[in-house]
Amino acid sequence: MTKEDDDDDEEIIIERLQRERRQKRMNVDEKEEDKEDSFLSSDEEKNDDTNKKNNRQKRRLKSFTMPANATKDFIFQSGKGEDDQEEEEEELLYREKFGTSKKISDRENEYKKRRFQRQLSPERREGVLKKDSSSDNEQKGGEESKRGYKEAMREQMFAREKEETMRNIERKREREREEQKRREMFSSIKADDVEEKKKETTEEEAPNLEEKKRKRKSRWDKTTNGNEKNEEKEENVVVARTMDDSAANTEKVKEHRRRLQNDAWDDDDDDASQSVGNKKGGVTNEWDDDDSTTKATKKKPKRNRWDDATPRNQTQPSSTQTTGTRRKASRWDETPRNEPSVMMMQTPMINGGGLGSETPLMTGSTSAFMQTPARSSEFGGGQQQIPMTPDQLRSARHDREMEERNRFMTDDELDAVLPGLPQYKILEQPKNYVPLRTPARKAQFSLGGQTPLSSAGGAGNGGGGFSIPEENRTQMFDVPDVPEDLPTMKAEDYQYFAPLLKEIDEDALSIEEQKERKIMKLLLKVKNGLPPQRKSSLRQLTDKARELGAGPLFNQILPLLMSPTLEDQERHLLVKVIDRILYKLDDLVRPYVHKILVVIEPLLIDEDYYARVEGREIIANLSKAAGLATMIAAMRPDIDNVDEYVRNTTARAFAVVAHALTIPALLPFLKAVCQSKKSWQARHTGVKIVQQIAILSGVAVLPHLTKLVQIIESGLEDENQKVRMISALAIAALAEASTPYGIESFDSVLKPLWKGIRSHRGKTLAAFLKAIGYIIPLMDPVYASYYTKEVMVILIREFATADEEMKKITLKVVKQCVQTDGVDSEYVRTEIIPPFFKNFWVRRTALDRRNYLALVETTLELALKVGASDIISKIVEDLKDESEPFRRMVMECVTKVVEHLGVSDVDQRLEELLVDGVLYSFQEQTQDENDIMLNGFGTVVNALGQRAKPYLPQICGTIKWRLNNKNQDIRQQAADLISKVAPVMKVCEEEQLICHLGVVLYEYLGEEYPEVLGSILGALKSIVAVVGMSKMTPPVKDLLPRLTPILKNRHEKVQENCVDLVGRIADRGAEFVPAKEWMRICFELLELLKARKKAIRRASVNAFGYIAKAIGPQDVLATLLNNLKVQERQNRVCTTVAIAIVAETCAPFTVLPALMNEYRVPEINVQNGVLKSLAFLFEYIGEMGKDYIYAIAPLIEDALMDRDIVHRQTACVAVRHLLLGCARLNCEDAATHLMNFVWPNVFEQSPHVVNAVNEAIEASRVTLGPAYTLSHLVQGLFHPARMVRERYWRLYNNLYVGSQQSLVAAYPRLKDDQENVYKRHELEMVL
Amino acid sequence: MSELAGADRFNINSQLEALQTRYVGTGHADVSKYEWIVNQHRDSLAQYVGKHSMLQYFAVAENESISRVGYQMKQKMLLPCGLPPPPKEEEGEDE
Repeated sequence: MTKEDDDDDEEIIIERLQRERRQKRMNVDEKEEDKEDSFLSSDEEKNDDTNKKNNRQKRRLKSFTMPANATKDFIFQSGKGEDDQEEEEEELLYREKFGTSKKISDRENEYKKRRFQRQLSPERREGVLKKDSSSDNEQKGGEESKRGYKEAMREQMFAREKEETMRNIERKREREREEQKRREMFSSIKADDVEEKKKETTEEEAPNLEEKKRKRKSRWDKTTNGNEKNEEKEENVVVARTMDDSAANTEKVKEHRRRLQNDAWDDDDDDASQSVGNKKGGVTNEWDDDDSTTKATKKKPKRNRWDDATPRNQTQPSSTQTTGTRRKASRWDETPRNEPSVMMMQTPMINGGGLGSETPLMTGSTSAFMQTPARSSEFGGGQQQIPMTPDQLRSARHDREMEERNRFMTDDELDAVLPGLPQYKILEQPKNYVPLRTPARKAQFSLGGQTPLSSAGGAGNGGGGFSIPEENRTQMFDVPDVPEDLPTMKAEDYQYFAPLLKEIDEDALSIEEQKERKIMKLLLKVKNGLPPQRKSSLRQLTDKARELGAGPLFNQILPLLMSPTLEDQERHLLVKVIDRILYKLDDLVRPYVHKILVVIEPLLIDEDYYARVEGREIIANLSKAAGLATMIAAMRPDIDNVDEYVRNTTARAFAVVAHALTIPALLPFLKAVCQSKKSWQARHTGVKIVQQIAILSGVAVLPHLTKLVQIIESGLEDENQKVRMISALAIAALAEASTPYGIESFDSVLKPLWKGIRSHRGKTLAAFLKAIGYIIPLMDPVYASYYTKEVMVILIREFATADEEMKKITLKVVKQCVQTDGVDSEYVRTEIIPPFFKNFWVRRTALDRRNYLALVETTLELALKVGASDIISKIVEDLKDESEPFRRMVMECVTKVVEHLGVSDVDQRLEELLVDGVLYSFQEQTQDENDIMLNGFGTVVNALGQRAKPYLPQICGTIKWRLNNKNQDIRQQAADLISKVAPVMKVCEEEQLICHLGVVLYEYLGEEYPEVLGSILGALKSIVAVVGMSKMTPPVKDLLPRLTPILKNRHEKVQENCVDLVGRIADRGAEFVPAKEWMRICFELLELLKARKKAIRRASVNAFGYIAKAIGPQDVLATLLNNLKVQERQNRVCTTVAIAIVAETCAPFTVLPALMNEYRVPEINVQNGVLKSLAFLFEYIGEMGKDYIYAIAPLIEDALMDRDIVHRQTACVAVRHLLLGCARLNCEDAATHLMNFVWPNVFEQSPHVVNAVNEAIEASRVTLGPAYTLSHLVQGLFHPARMVRERYWRLYNNLYVGSQQSLVAAYPRLKDDQENVYKRHELEMVL
Repeated sequence: MSELAGADRFNINSQLEALQTRYVGTGHADVSKYEWIVNQHRDSLAQYVGKHSMLQYFAVAENESISRVGYQMKQKMLLPCGLPPPPKEEEGEDE
């Protein structure tokens, strides 16, 4: 098999998978999608699913079927059928889920968008092994051009330190602010008040700090009055840099800045050789510099930060008070993105282009950036800059513009705009007014006077208003057309692929550049090209991967994947590219492992299940290619990254690595990480890895369970609360994964867990409870009972909690505890149920959907333990509660309990209460989503069975009253309810009542809302089914004529129910209706044969059969045969099926003569229709075909010799069914005769004909035996013409797979040649 | 892509071919006579071995014990027709 075929197959398989995937998308059980601290998200997803299922579904027609074959026929005959519909539905589903945009980034939430903030780290030196030598190099001054593990770790350390410091600063500031506040208070408020305030503020302080850990204030808040000298003194304290606006006022300061800047330059250049210069991709690695300089040379005088050195802005002391309202800048905002004007002047940048104005991709340090020129041009010979995503560009541009437009108006401007003083007075601002300013605006505002914004370089000049962004103009409008043989580019692509648009003499380029260009071309084709283009490019990329080199490949692919405008399909393709080249590159990927991970890790938390799977696959392959050591070296630094997002994704990636390289391989590492003393983040991530491993591997963790538990058990008593929490969650995940085994492994954690629930509160407690909830079901009954009783005390205490998360957890744990065998019903009844109902069965619970569902489930579990009546009696009163959501919840719970346990132990009194309550809540409902009330009513009444008799008149009264309601939903629901209770009425022998309802419904057949009409028809249908045709009121002969016009209704629900009803009447009570009426209905049904919905087509085709049976085939057949003459194809197809069905129900001999006669009509459509009818006919009549094979042979013979290819094709299909029908029935002569006419068609090219012929031959294999087919085939298997051989081998393979054994007897006798023995001697033995 | 081809793509028959080729014993246009016949022999031998009555028959005919005949047949399945002809040879003769 050639490679191409392989690709083809794969393409087919992929497409199939994609289709399935789209269909499944809605039902994906997003199990592993639990974000940090969200305990139950997986359950939520499941609940969502069940929700969807509960939605009012169109019921399928059960009574009628049409052969699957016939419907298949519709699909490819009509070309536009189910397929299109499906596609539309898919599209709709997609929209529903993801919105109209296909861009991935458009559906991501804030958390997931954090991936854009990650840095495509420069490639690493290989492995940990060379660590020592590399540090030497560092000292010497960097010939080594790659970053190593050590650097990465150090960077991480600095990031963390910085975070720490920032937090300290924040704390300090906070304190200062409080201080100041207090001072102000002193001045204004009386002293005793102040005392109080003091207390308050100190109390406030703690939580504030906690909350703001991540959100530091922008530097503008700083109120230190530092001057240059001060700064130099506290050189080692990292102080947030302030870009002081007022500083810009003085020329002197400017000068000073420039000088300092140059200093910084020089410094950097000194170190540059060792670190900056080697940075790839324009990412300057600031921490490296900082590190080597601050650490090694503390004495160096240059650490003066020009930005700190400037005098504080004291003109606005008030600004310090506004912190409450001020935007809380995230760490990333630290970069001077908001004041490009200032930046541009002060930061020399080699690459120049507007990109430099912000650097969010750097790991958060601005100071270094300001001193470090971004040298993207050094990167790999003029490539685009990697880390600068257009997203950031856009946001920067946007911010800039917003700030500029919203800047303050100066007095001059106001004077110009407003008329003079007489009309307008300038009011004095209130004393307590505090201007609300973002730092950037302030900067612009104060700069405005002296430095017009024009100096900002391109960002429009001070006048504001609209300015055309320059990049866009050049990129989007002035580009030459895309060269031939390249696919079209989208606007976003220009950024990456612009070089391709330039006409360059490729020979003049260096080899490197040529390679680059080639990769770019191939990638563009893969990304945007047509399938063939894509395929060949993909193959080229794969084949030449080693030749092109890992570096150039990844340097181009990875930024593309980071593009914010990426779509699902594109991402899939690019990921596929990576996957393929990974195989080829093998260990060459090592330096790029981290880079790849940065890009692929976000896939692991994508909401699309298949993206997650894809991500996992890549990481697994990557770890196999690069090896464990490299993977650990690459990911270790991220484990204690300051950013939770990075740690989260890294943990997931690690779990995948563990899964790929087996869990034991990773155990030592995990152990080390989980015991890390350096940072709690590392421990947290380590435990999280274990959790993810459990989720990912499922029951496969069992062999390593003990070790995994040992690794994380210390985490339960960790000093950090987060670590304790994740440890408990990890244990929960392990227990869940290993159910129902492995309790021994958890022995060691039982004590800390049960101790923990006594000492912890809040979220940690919730996590511990969750773990316990998963462990208890693993235990032996005795222990389970004991431990349940232990934990129940806490649980009951927590019943009263107001925290939603906690509620969910407690509900779940109660459910899990109650489920176990060891817990006896008496205990549940006395200890759990009273507080449970007191605390949970309150109105408030009904308002939160997730709690609602959890509560219903848990209550059901309790009911299974203690019996239905106990539970129902507790909540039955609440069916009359005044809160509707609460009633609905009660109803759902009652429904579930009754469904599972029935009502046998419900006594007379409770039964009355129950029916009363159900009726009440049914009547009082205002809206019924998901048909809870309806289903509940139906379930209860059906469960009561005969016991429902006394209540039926009342129920009917309600229904009748509601059928008359003005609101169509209520009418519809009433009709639906009739279909539900009709069987019960029959059981209670209330036939009179049913018949009365029938009459009532009959009167409502004039209903104008189609949904309601459909339900009414459905109700009538169930009544007809229950009472039977003869007793039906209104009599069927009156009912049917009313239905005939309704068949014209275009609404699907109406059509479906109506056809169904008509079919039932035709089936059971055709004699009540005159034949004329049936003929009329036949005509209507013909229209329905081309309905869009398959169920309707199927139902109407079947109804045809019943009608034909009822009134005899002649008239119906005449109608149908006439119908063959119409032009419309789908109609003809339906008609052929109907003819076949008529033949089947009324015996073929009533139909065949007329049909064969019709074949004489010299019209291609008619003849085709006849043949097709024959095909279906023989399919349906099966063995009966034996009686007609000789009669029909001449006709088929003629058709098989027809010039029209479709004739022959359809005749082949007819032959196939005919032969299959009369297999083993002694018709071999006729069959052989027909096959002789089939064989010449074997070389037809059209795929449909090929299929038809293949199938006819397969049928002959069954009827005539494989030897017959083989004897035909051996003539062509080694034919000189390849065409013949191919066709024959294809047939031979069919034959071989079908009847391998029987062929042994049929193989030809062969002669030996010189070398080989071909004779099968055994067969020549004769005794 | 045309509608027909689109429908055909998901037709089971179009995939059948690809599936079949993964089985030993199926062939294609470039199969040599030797390969085809070897498969025939192996199929035959497998059947003889699998059907006890057949084995019995051969055992009686060859005057050997049944299990020895069976063993020999299994051995023969390795190279039922002798060594394969050198690859350069082009075999395309008809029966």
